[in-house]
This record gives sequence, structure tokens and C-alpha cells, in this order.
Amino acid sequence: MTIDAATVRKVAKLAHIRESDDRLAPLAAELSSIMQWIEQLNEVDTAGVDPMASAVAVSLPLREDVVTAGGDSGPVLANAPGARGGFFVVPKVVE
Amino acid sequence: MNALTGLTLKAALEGLRSRRFSAEEITRAHLDAIESARALNAFVLETPDKALDMARASDARIAAGDAGALEGAPIGVKDLFCTRGVRSTAASRVLGNFIPPYESTVTANLWRDGAVMLGKLNMDEFAMGSSNETSAFGPVINPWRSAGSNQQLTPGGSSGGSAAAVAADLVLGATATDTGGSIRQPASLTGTVGIKPTYGRCSRWGVVAFASSLDQAGPIARTVEDAAILLRSMSGHDEKDSTSLPNEVPDFQSFVGRSPKGLRIGVPKEYRVDGMPPEIESLWAQGVAWLKDAGCEVVEVSLPHTRYALPAYYIIAPAEASSNLARYDGMRYGLRVDAPTLNEVYESTRAAGFGDEVKRRILIGTYVLSAGYYDAYYLKAQKVRRRIADDFDQAFGSVDALLTPTAPSAAFGLGENSSDPVAMYLNDIFTVTVNLAGLPALSLPGGVDAKGLPLGLQLIGRALDEGTLFTLAGALEQAADFKARPARWW
Repeated sequence: MTIDAATVRKVAKLAHIRESDDRLAPLAAELSSIMQWIEQLNEVDTAGVDPMASAVAVSLPLREDVVTAGGDSGPVLANAPGARGGFFVVPKVVE
Repeated sequence: MNALTGLTLKAALEGLRSRRFSAEEITRAHLDAIESARALNAFVLETPDKALDMARASDARIAAGDAGALEGAPIGVKDLFCTRGVRSTAASRVLGNFIPPYESTVTANLWRDGAVMLGKLNMDEFAMGSSNETSAFGPVINPWRSAGSNQQLTPGGSSGGSAAAVAADLVLGATATDTGGSIRQPASLTGTVGIKPTYGRCSRWGVVAFASSLDQAGPIARTVEDAAILLRSMSGHDEKDSTSLPNEVPDFQSFVGRSPKGLRIGVPKEYRVDGMPPEIESLWAQGVAWLKDAGCEVVEVSLPHTRYALPAYYIIAPAEASSNLARYDGMRYGLRVDAPTLNEVYESTRAAGFGDEVKRRILIGTYVLSAGYYDAYYLKAQKVRRRIADDFDQAFGSVDALLTPTAPSAAFGLGENSSDPVAMYLNDIFTVTVNLAGLPALSLPGGVDAKGLPLGLQLIGRALDEGTLFTLAGALEQAADFKARPARWW
């Protein structure tokens, strides 16, 4: 699979990473060479194989649906670039 | 050099318990060593005040007869572990001056047992790299140099700071993490011992996430026994990590020194790759001979899907990373680059905060998960992953452990592989398979190459069978009698 500059632009947008126009072509070449190397996976016969999502065969444990921690906005906000009155301050999202 | 910094962890713990020296004395000796080794760039943050406070508390507990398993032992912590009140960055600009208000479970376990924190260790950014060159703090320099050369070599990655600090006697041991080889490859390149335990042995809670189905913590140490001592403290069930295993943690140290007589060892023929340096080939053969001498039976086995492990990894790991790293958006912690709209803040923050390799992997991960490609790439890779795990299951039907080289080369020069991502990825060719299968694997130094650089041997075990690895590694360590040390130039 060859990745072109337009695809890089689209994927960078999806990933929320700004890439300048002059970086799109070099990135497309780099990503294409990585994806071409990955193509060898098509040689593997995987018909009827269950996809493996977890490294250990255990079912995830469930816990009671109760509050175990909370009411701790001080430490939660301590690293915020912007915080006021117990809330994160973020750029305006509605006009 | 100070006599208190060249000790094994085991010897240091004995000296502390018998009060031949205090925790404060051995901690000061290590702080001095760290200060005079800044040329290695192994630490991203030194915490001398905290270290001395912890050491004095250890001395008080030793005096009160209340010493823990690691009481007073000064160690280093990879900067991927969140440490309460101490800046934790994952070697990324995007985390900026992040100061966690909580402690990772693994480090909490170490402090519970009395260990002393000397500081935070350098690493590849978000643990993505094999040479430490992706760190926002610049690369760690390997204490080892080729005979007669001043060239700066990589300590490997991503746990390069951990490995270099152990090799240069700056710490008695260090925490590290391994997603595709990040404990074992640097251990191999620095003449140290590193073990990635079974997935789920160590809690991932409070460890900055890279690829959650592959990430696993483990120690880097100077001897097999030291690694066993550290791993026992680091391991254990944690309800805060739903993939943490409920199994009891064995006394790993008790497996070191047992006879491996009668164990069956597999040598996977697919690990004999084209272009492998003859010295690595002969070290591998030497490892086989050592195990035979110790009474093991050695047989050839086949892991037919080995060559597909790396390409499968480079779908699965970036896919998980693209999801995990979505959290760095400049809103709740870390770097924020101001811009007129919310989306522009996200995009500018992430563009400025992530380095090139991290961006590359996020883009690959986003691409393989995007509409229309999910089945062709991500699902395909997960199926190949199953094939690789099945290969191991098959092999472990007839053998107790596998012996392979750890890395395809000795330490290489900084800058030598950094222009070609795929060439760099090939460093993990022998290590990445076990991350996909969730199995434990250990690297220990077996010898040196013609330039005097260390080379590692890797042992791979069944899930939850770290004990057998420690027995075999103990036997190999004794046979190899690896005494080479980096000549001090820093």
C-alpha cells in the first residue's frame, strides 16, 4: 500500500497532529516504506484464526458499581494548564 | 570509585542488614557517582533530597528491626513510572512539567519494601525506540566503548537510562519496561541482566501507557539473583489494573542456584537469521554447550511465524499507541500551545509536544485503524499474533524453555540507524515475539565481541514460569563467568 500526501493530511487530521505542507511528501514516503514492509503479513494464512487481543486468557474481572474514589478535584487539577473554581479551563467550543 | 557503588544488590542488602554501612552512606555514594557521571545522560531528574530522606527512614527501620526486603537499597526509576510529587515525563515534551499526584503500583511496591529512589532515568520518548535517541532529553550514552575507540555508542532502548545506570554502577538496580524488547535489548547492549515477566505479573497502573496489551514492567540489574530479588518486590496482583494476574508471586530468588539438570531446552531454528554476526552465532552455540554441560537436553524447535512478529507488532503497537496517546490534548495536564480554536490547540499542542518517531507511530496507528483499513491491517495482525502465540504453545509442549540471542548486534554508534525506521525496528527481531505471546523472557550477558562489547543471551519461558528462567540463567551466568566491565571514561 502506497500512502500519498493527501492520505497523510487526512490521517494527521484524524490524529490531531498539525503537519506543515512541506512535511506531507516526506512523511508519505516514510510511512509507505513502513507499510510496504508490513505487507508481508499477507503471506500468512489466517483463515479461521481467532484474532488475539489480549496476551493472557483471563476474563476481565467486574467490580461493584460503586464510587471508590472521588471528590478530589485539587490533585486532579494540579497539573492543568488552566483551572478555575474547581474546573478545567479550555478554549471556547461554541460560538 | 567508591567501594559502596560496585556491590551487587544482594551484597548491599547483606551489608545494610548487618549494619556494615548505613543506607545513608550507600545512598550518598551513589549520589556522588551519579553527579560525576552526567556525561552519560542516564538521569533526566536526580532526586538527592528525597533519596537521603528515604535512606534515613530506612536506617531508622533497620535500627528498629523492621527492615523490608529491599531496605536501604538505592535504585533508579525509568521516567515512564509515575512517582508522586516527582516530575514524570516519559521523556516527552508533551508531558512538560507533569508532577503526578499518585504513585505507580510497581514503585509503591518497591518503596513498601524499603528501596530508596535516586532519581528518574532517561528513555526513548514514550518507550518508542531502540537507541534512546528519541528522548526529548537527548540520548543516553552507553558506558561501554569499542576497544581503542572514542565513538559514542547507544545503550539501546527504550530503557537505555536504566541499563546504562546499572552498567556504570550509578544504581544497584533499576525499573524498566518492555513493550517489544525495551528491557532485554538494552540489557544485552550494556552487559546487564533484564527480565520481562509474564504479561500481568507487574501492575501497569501508573505506568505511562504505550501499547497496553504488550507493556510490561521488569527490572534491570547486575546479576540474575539481583533481578530475581527486584522482580519479586515489583510483582503482585493489583485491582487497579484489570489485566494484573491474581497468581501468587513466587520467591524468584530461591530458583537461582538450583540445578537445571534434566530440563529440555529448545533452540528455535527461525532465529538463525541472515546477516547475523558470527560472534552472536558462536555465543549462541556456546550457550547451548553450557546448558548441555549443566545437564540440560537441547533440541531444535520450530517457531514458523517468527518473521511475521515484527510487522504484526508494527500494526498492533502503533494502533494501541494512537489510542493511548489521544489523551495528550493540552487540556488537563502537560503542554498546551494556545491557538484560536479548540481543534487548533489540540493540533498545535501535539505537533509541538511529540517527537518524530512518536508522531510516525501515531500516524501509522491512526491509519491502520481508520475506516476501510481495520480488517486488512489491524484484524490481520491480531490473527497473526494468535499464530505466533500458537507456535510457542506448540514448542512448549516438548521443551521447558527456549534459548536465543537477545539482539542482532552489539551496541552501535549513535546516529547509525536513526535515518531508517525499519532498520531500527529490526533491533527487536528476537525480543518482540514474546511480547505478542505474553511470555516471560530474560537477557543476561554471555560474552563480548571482538571489539570488547557485551552480547546477550535470551531465555524464553512458559507463562508464569519465571522460576525456570532464573534457574537456567543462574547456570548460564555461572558458566559464562562474565567479568568484563566498561572502562571508566566519564
